[in-house]
This record gives sequence, structure tokens and C-alpha cells, in this order.
Amino acid sequence: MIDRSPRDPALDEAFKVELVTLIPHLRAFARTLCGDATAADDLAQDAMMKAWDARSSFQMGTNMKAWTFMILRNQFYSEKRRSWRQSQLDQEAAERTLVAVDDPEAPVALDELRLSLGMLPPEQREALILVGAGGFAYEEAAEICGVAVGTVKSRVSRARKALQSILEDGAYDRDGGAAGDAMRSILADAERLSTVR
Amino acid sequence: MIEQQSQHPSSGSEANAAALDEARLRQQAIGVRLRQMFDEVVNEPVPDDFLEILRRADKSAEQG
Repeated sequence: MIDRSPRDPALDEAFKVELVTLIPHLRAFARTLCGDATAADDLAQDAMMKAWDARSSFQMGTNMKAWTFMILRNQFYSEKRRSWRQSQLDQEAAERTLVAVDDPEAPVALDELRLSLGMLPPEQREALILVGAGGFAYEEAAEICGVAVGTVKSRVSRARKALQSILEDGAYDRDGGAAGDAMRSILADAERLSTVR
Repeated sequence: MIEQQSQHPSSGSEANAAALDEARLRQQAIGVRLRQMFDEVVNEPVPDDFLEILRRADKSAEQG
């Protein structure tokens, strides 16, 4: 079933070394898709193993990060489709865990940012994460998501605008929180961070 | 918003430029935060099971 044509062990080793360096990034991307840390790690592990099994189809020297992100994303959406069939409630639970924050000590602004991100349409959120946080070029993000470059550009731009207005209006879902202060604390933090650098 | 700014015709373009600067600043601040949120997970230590799973797969590849 699986193609086991003899492979150069050195090639496998090189592949593995590079794959291991990508694990932290796969975990971070998975976390933005699933929210829930445990589910995210399961997803990242599945993606890592899929990448390992498909290593013979990877061209060494090309962008392995983009390749593994594409695998992870496909894995996420195929699992999600399955759960949609099971129950629409699974979907709602997933939306809720997306914005769940485990650490009560987490800085407020980061908390608000997660909540606000959770309100964006998924395709806008993922485009913004890939380009704005994952360090991908628009072209790479387009390849990962399987859409045109222009589509990614417009999704990122719409996501940025929407995120800003959600943060400014304090329109994110939060009961009893200090809605409206998010943008101010993000600005203050950015100032602090930029002076540290 | 543009309507409101035109209430002060003398400082209209200045106010516009200031608003643009402010918008840029806000987007930059959000960008910093976004990267920070992502990097927080990137900088977490990788759980042992990731490497364990890969080690096992590697072994079975050698045997197979």
C-alpha cells in the first residue's frame, strides 16, 4: 500500500532534522486553527506523521515549512468536515474552544486579540495568521490555502480592518470584561515591546 | 469619518494625515501582538511525544 522504495538514509535523516525544527511552528499554526491546546497538538502530530510518510514526494531544498503547513491545514479541514457530518454541535464547540484561554494570567491584550480573532471568518483568520504571524509571503500563503494570490491579499486586508474595528469597538464576545480597552492596551504593549527591542 | 474631518477645512489635510498615521500605528500594534501570540507557542518546549512518535516511525521505516 505504501511505497517503500529504498531511500537514501542520509536523505531521510536530513528530512527528519528539518521536520523537527518545524514542529514548534506546526504547533503554533494548529493552535490558531483549533484553539484547544490538546486538540491542536493532536492535529500537529497527525500533520507531522503525514509529512513523514509523504517524505518521498517532498523535493528537498524547497519550502518545507509551507509544505507541512499545507498538510496540516488539509488535515484540519478534512477532520472538520467529518465532524460536521457527525453533528453541528461539534462545530459550535470548536468555535467556543477557539477563543478559550487556558491561562488566567495571560496578558489582557493577548486575551482580547484571541477573542477578536475568533470572530473573524475562518478564511480571513487563517490568511492573516499565515502572513501576519507565520512569516509567509502572500504567494506561499496562497499555495498553502489553495487560492489565488489576490484572494489572500484581499482576505488579509479585510481581516486587518475587521480585527481593528472589533478591538476598537470592544465587540468581541466577553461577559463582564473591560470591552473597549483592548486597542489601548495593545497600543501600550506594542510601545513597550518596541522599546525593548 | 471623512465628513467629520471636513468640518475643519483649514486643518483638513493635516487631520487626514494624522488619521492615516494613527491607523498605521494601530495596524502595526496589532501586527506586533499577532506575532507575539504565535511566537508564544513557537517558543514553548516541544512535548516529548512528538519526538517519540517520530523516533518510532523512523525505526519502523528502517525495519520495513
